[in-house]
Amino acid sequence: MSALFPVVLDSAETARRGQVLAGPVNLTLDGQGICVVLGPNGAGKTSLLRLMHGAARLTAGSIRWSCPTPQARRAQAFVFQRPVMLRRTVLENLAYPLRIRGVRRREAMQRAADWAGRVGLGGMLDRQAPVLSGGEQQKLALARALIAEPALLFLDEPCASLDGRAMREIEEILLAARAAGTSLILSTHDMGQARRLADEVVFMLHGKVHEAGPAHDFFNQTATPEARAFLHGDIVE
Amino acid sequence: MVDLWSGLVQAFWLVVTFNSELVEIALRSLRVSFTALLVASLIAMPLAAILAVKRFRWRRVVIAVLNALMGLPPVVVGLVVYVLLSRSGPLGVLGLLFTPTAMVIAQVIIIVPLIASIAHQSLRDLWQEYHDLLISMNVTQMQKVTTLLWDARRALLTAALAGFGRAIGEVGAIMIVGGNIDHATRVLTTAIALETGKGDFALALALGFVLIALAISVSLAIHWLSRTEREGSW
Repeated sequence: MSALFPVVLDSAETARRGQVLAGPVNLTLDGQGICVVLGPNGAGKTSLLRLMHGAARLTAGSIRWSCPTPQARRAQAFVFQRPVMLRRTVLENLAYPLRIRGVRRREAMQRAADWAGRVGLGGMLDRQAPVLSGGEQQKLALARALIAEPALLFLDEPCASLDGRAMREIEEILLAARAAGTSLILSTHDMGQARRLADEVVFMLHGKVHEAGPAHDFFNQTATPEARAFLHGDIVE
Repeated sequence: MVDLWSGLVQAFWLVVTFNSELVEIALRSLRVSFTALLVASLIAMPLAAILAVKRFRWRRVVIAVLNALMGLPPVVVGLVVYVLLSRSGPLGVLGLLFTPTAMVIAQVIIIVPLIASIAHQSLRDLWQEYHDLLISMNVTQMQKVTTLLWDARRALLTAALAGFGRAIGEVGAIMIVGGNIDHATRVLTTAIALETGKGDFALALALGFVLIALAISVSLAIHWLSRTEREGSW
């Protein structure tokens, strides 16, 4: 499973129309537990996640997984900040990743129903996904990402614009996934969430990795003044 | 006004007496247009989906041409198909001129751009919505196409109905390639043109009302069957 890690980013950079969105990034992650990517808006958190996932173009440098890249891509899933709902029922949304991998319909539906129950959507299997509430949609997106049992799950601010209860439910699912051995890379600018979840922290600023290390060290003995200011809730520019 | 009224009355009687000639040409109209719709949809909808998901060099040009071809003059299409199918034309050996098949071919050419353009419009919007997710899930090009076509099926229905409307109401092309031959290629629209030419406005109007009623009932039937316009469903 975790033949994916360690992953090594060597001067990796993604740019669009000549404008660098993130990078150059030098970073090595060993995929233990939950890695939280922190930083102010526009620091390049989303771009870094997309770059690692292969959804953004690598314009310079390299990203090396411990297995061939196509294989690594197949073992990953991504949850977007604004969940993308297929115009189908909850059950069909959950079954979709299995169906495209060739799992037979009956089995896919059974596993989908099982996962719906796990994330608390068991009572709304036949509802159309796009009419669900924000929190329900995010839980559905999360379950849909986890159903194919990825080795690594990216989450781009999964709890932005969710209330406390929805956030707690989502964090419980994430912790369960970690316990099941899934590596998670999660971006957020919610300090509380970072403290609750992080095993490892990557602090980003101006498209670059400013500081990276174990969460305990980062929160207790921050190395750089910018990160310290960010931790204290000051505005970092 | 008298003509309109007597047309309505005549239409009523033609329908309630189940006039055999009317039934024959109405059924032929439906058969030709439905066949054309089926063939055209099989071409246009996958084409629209491919245009939505695939990035290739001439994509914009193809889309622009398709959009322009929506306004293709049926008479010209009829003429071209006529030349192709005529005895001395390249496809003359098939002996298709003045048959319903020739009419289907002409109508397919007319409605493919229409269906493809309308379908592309909605598939493109849906693709924008789905893009990140499907890319992230590593789906194949084929799976993208089928996913889009399935999830946009309600919108595609509208595209198909527009195509059907254009096909069943079309007269210029099928008149030329079909020839309006009694019991062979006469359909509602060509019959209307004929009766108008003969000066029988009442009968022409009657056929016209039947045509409109037919188009509306087909649309209603399809909408009802596919249960569109229900809240929260596509």
